[in-house]
Amino acid sequence: MAEKKEAVRTVRFHITRYNPEKDRAPYVKVYDVPVREGMTVLDGLHYIRENLDASLAWRYSCRMGVCGSCGMLLNGRPTLACNTQILHVAGTDLTVGPLPNFHVVRDLVPDLASMFDKHRAIRPFIVRADAAEIDDPEGEFYQTPEELEAYLQFTYCIKCGCCMAACPTLATDTRYLGPMPLAAAQRYNTDTRDGGRRERNQVTGSAHGAFRCHYAGECSRVCPKGVDPAKAIQHLKRQLVLDYLHLARRRKPCAKLHGPGQGKRLENIPAAPPKTV
Amino acid sequence: MRETKYWTWHMAAGVVILFLLGLHMLIMHTGGITHLFAPAGGASVSKENSLYRDGRLFFTVGYIVLLGVALYHGLYGLRTILFEVTLKPAVEKALSVILLILGLGLFGLGTWAAIAAHAIAVAGTRG
Repeated sequence: MAEKKEAVRTVRFHITRYNPEKDRAPYVKVYDVPVREGMTVLDGLHYIRENLDASLAWRYSCRMGVCGSCGMLLNGRPTLACNTQILHVAGTDLTVGPLPNFHVVRDLVPDLASMFDKHRAIRPFIVRADAAEIDDPEGEFYQTPEELEAYLQFTYCIKCGCCMAACPTLATDTRYLGPMPLAAAQRYNTDTRDGGRRERNQVTGSAHGAFRCHYAGECSRVCPKGVDPAKAIQHLKRQLVLDYLHLARRRKPCAKLHGPGQGKRLENIPAAPPKTV
Repeated sequence: MRETKYWTWHMAAGVVILFLLGLHMLIMHTGGITHLFAPAGGASVSKENSLYRDGRLFFTVGYIVLLGVALYHGLYGLRTILFEVTLKPAVEKALSVILLILGLGLFGLGTWAAIAAHAIAVAGTRG
């Protein structure tokens, strides 16, 4: 069994606290946390709750940068607490706050409902005329590697809200759709199986849609998954203009290739290895 | 899609401004040396040189087009900035109408001035 590592140094956590039921305004409370090598900010918060202050609130789930629950402001940068090691970002002090551009539920817990409302508005799913296929899919749709590559990176978005927190436009214009929903719109618009671009254009091309983006690029800089929402928004703008000028290539959603069991089977596929568990 | 239309024309207006404003700068700042559209010599803004340009239809049309695109580009930009401070939808609508009226008013005034200058210059040429 591996030995528990000794604490390398003590880091002072400056945490923004706020309980809307009790406090009139947010305030900063300081905690000293003994930090070991490899310890994440999320581990540090757990240490505080278990040893120093049980009233501290934050949101987390998977602890491995997949669920997008633990987005928070660390030393002024929106990022995930679970995949940020304390010793990588802090010397003797670390400031921890809730994601900006969102209402605060309590302490480090932002209310992400506004983001998901906007996300829902852009219809973030495959839209097709053949509704029966959507409700009860029973075929395959051919897509080339290039067609997949066109939108693949945007599928890596985990909806953590870091891009929304970093967006300077969203800081002043709360009705602006923001990087995450706009990148999601581009992801589905680019998908060859989808036929809902014109519907989405009504939302993405609105007064608080893609054209409000100043291309500051902060969304792409802070994304913990390496997604480039700023690029998606620029592509979205181009597509909107081409659609308006009727210069966009007309594209129908790709047709169903074949039904189940009707496809051409590849020969000489080796059998799966025997189960080991 | 209405905003897409506005934004597309905003970009197009920017390109036109780049060309017409470039021409304007060229004439204003090099006219004294190159005599480009300033045949009377001296400064480009002298009365004789101004009347020479005002009397040409190309310039009158150019002034009106530049005024139109500059007003559209500028007022749309102003509207965008104001929209970013999160106004109520009714305020946004009222603001759009006010800016439209302001733009049309200034465009009408400028167009009248350009046509009047053209008429004066043409009358002066005929003696």
